[in-house]
Amino acid sequence: MIERTPLLNIVTHAVLIFGALLLAVPIWLSFVAATLTVAEVNSPNVHYLPGGELWNNLTAAWTRADFGVKFMNSMIVAIAVVIGKVAISAISAFSIVFFNYRLRMVFFWVIFITLMLPLEVRIVPTYAVAANALYPFQAILDFTGISWLIAQFSGVELSLEWNMLNSYTGLILPLVATATGTFLYRQFFLTIPDELVEAAKMDGSGPFRFFFEVLLPLSRTNIAALATIMFVYAWNQYLWPLLIITDRANYSTVVMELRRLIPGPDAIADWNVAMAGTLIVMLPPLLVVILMQRWFVRGLISTEK
Amino acid sequence: MADIDIRKVEKFYGKNQVVHGVDLNIQDGEFIVILGPSGCGKSTLLRMIAGLEEISNGEISIENTVVNQLEPRERGCAMVFQNYALYPHMTVAQNIGYALKVGGMRKAERMQKVEATAKSLGLDQLLDRKPAQLSGGQRQRVAMGRAIVREPKVFLFDEPLSNLDAKLRVQMRLEIRRLHRTLKATSVFVTHDQVEAMSLADRLVVMNAGRIEQVGTPEEVYHAPASIYVGGFIGSPAMNFLPCGVSDCGTFAVIDNTSFRLPVDPEIGRTIAGQSVIVGLRPEDLKIAPEANDPNLLTVAFDFSEEQGSGRLMHGRLAGRDFVLHSAGRHHPAPGAPCSLAIGAESVHLFDPTTEKRITVAGAKTGQTGTLPAAFQKTSDVTVSGAIQ
Ligand SMILES: Nc1ncnc2c1ncn2[C@@H]1O[C@H](COP(=O)(O)OP(=O)(O)O)[C@@H](O)[C@H]1O
Ligand SMILES: [Mg+2]
Repeated sequence: MIERTPLLNIVTHAVLIFGALLLAVPIWLSFVAATLTVAEVNSPNVHYLPGGELWNNLTAAWTRADFGVKFMNSMIVAIAVVIGKVAISAISAFSIVFFNYRLRMVFFWVIFITLMLPLEVRIVPTYAVAANALYPFQAILDFTGISWLIAQFSGVELSLEWNMLNSYTGLILPLVATATGTFLYRQFFLTIPDELVEAAKMDGSGPFRFFFEVLLPLSRTNIAALATIMFVYAWNQYLWPLLIITDRANYSTVVMELRRLIPGPDAIADWNVAMAGTLIVMLPPLLVVILMQRWFVRGLISTEK
Repeated sequence: MADIDIRKVEKFYGKNQVVHGVDLNIQDGEFIVILGPSGCGKSTLLRMIAGLEEISNGEISIENTVVNQLEPRERGCAMVFQNYALYPHMTVAQNIGYALKVGGMRKAERMQKVEATAKSLGLDQLLDRKPAQLSGGQRQRVAMGRAIVREPKVFLFDEPLSNLDAKLRVQMRLEIRRLHRTLKATSVFVTHDQVEAMSLADRLVVMNAGRIEQVGTPEEVYHAPASIYVGGFIGSPAMNFLPCGVSDCGTFAVIDNTSFRLPVDPEIGRTIAGQSVIVGLRPEDLKIAPEANDPNLLTVAFDFSEEQGSGRLMHGRLAGRDFVLHSAGRHHPAPGAPCSLAIGAESVHLFDPTTEKRITVAGAKTGQTGTLPAAFQKTSDVTVSGAIQ
């Protein structure tokens, strides 16, 4: 099938190199920009080779954007989102695939439909809930007249409130609830042969044991893949944190702060510092991808059937 | 006493009934083989015993305890699956020991048992391997080990040998038989392979379309098939069936549209004198008579033959139907030449054309016994040795 002629080899390599350059050149240019002085970066001729100001620019970016605290915040959010997503999607897919209850397909479709609603689309209602997670319950109580009754008998005016603005919970929870992971796990669980489930039953293993001792070890590579994707996704969140975090000193994330490094119209155009900041912010997702890639490639090689 | 009592068990999938009122009593220590074509409900019946499938109607009890509502783990059964169903992420030792681990056995004790079991199956060198690193035969052994190590009251096998190649299948068959002799646990073995069934079974259960056709020792089932279905299913090549009319005196049957006569046991013949019947003739029960063209003997001309090594299968036509004969030895009739067949009354099986059941005399002993053809002989008294692939 695959022909290997010298000409074809040259053409395929040319395409490959062109693609690689297309991806690599902007990254290289931002790296070079991060190593220049303000004067150099603003000079009309483009620099292609790095200068000697990298360390200075990095420290300038770090202190100006107060990355110390923000890195911590971003880490907390990204790791919590990864853990939350992996756990929730594994459990919900476990329920949908291995248990036979009446509303199973209904729940599956409800989850599936949310796939089509990314956070950006449902951002207004999500904000309303984040502002007071108990608002829907309050509304129900008010509507049914129960709060009125309680007020009559105990004299207490019922007002439920759980505010998640300016908190880690608010940053994390709305990102945890999406369907991608559930769908991924479902597809994997469906490939587990029925006989394996039955063998576990015969061995006396209940659902929990089966989940922890058979399913989870078998889905290691899935977990790695999902965790990688979700770490990058959570790390790169911009709109949502921007919306609910007003206490920027304590709760803002690195991606939000990156915005601050971008020079305004009246300020000095120190793009070298902005690019240095970009390099810093890019580093953790890059490391995660590199580390985890080794992991799931290993998983793919030792095909376990 | 791990006897299993199956009473009027039925199974529905929705409105579709796949097991129809099965009654079966399995004695303690017995090796029962359930034999039937694919899709006849064998696995479903086995899985209802195991507790993997709900029992729609009827009752199953093990050791006099009704198990309908019990979880699989509470029934004391171990099962060997067709595709082995080993845990891919566990080593051989962990696979074998998993049930004990779930059962809460201490690690030291568990390892001891696992090692002993592995040793008895020749797996002691492979304890640290993963299933992916094993051959089909070795995986099969691990699956067996996983069942044995629990010392269950009942062993259930669902076509465990059907994924092995022919040679390994024979070897594992012997081994299962040997194992049963040492463990003496009640065993239920499901297969669609009649050779496997005959050689393993203490008693054979022949199933067809969700019903039991016959229960009996392999000899009984072979020599006195209870129905046309069983007669045709057991034995290879299949039994020849010929529509006949029994003479008024009840001593012979005349094949329809011919003048050929077949002898009939007069005791049975008397009760069905003058009626029409279906006669079953086993290809290996027919002998070619020395004198050709005796007008009273059944005469057939064979068109072609298949060499079998131990003899030859001769194919011809009789009364408008295909007819097969197994000619043993080395001297066979030439193709096209008419041959007369010598047939004794004991090899003429009579079936009722409407009920398709065997015609017997009330109160007579059920079926003759004799020896089975070599291919079906019981694999007792065998010692298995040699390396595992
Ligand atoms: N889960 C199921 N749902 C519906 N029908 C089933 C199911 N399992 C088996 N059947 C049907 O029941 C019949 C018997 O199946 P089975 O017991 O597996 O046959 P076999 O004798 O080959 O082991 C088949 O016709 C099959 O299609
Ligand atoms: Mg089956």
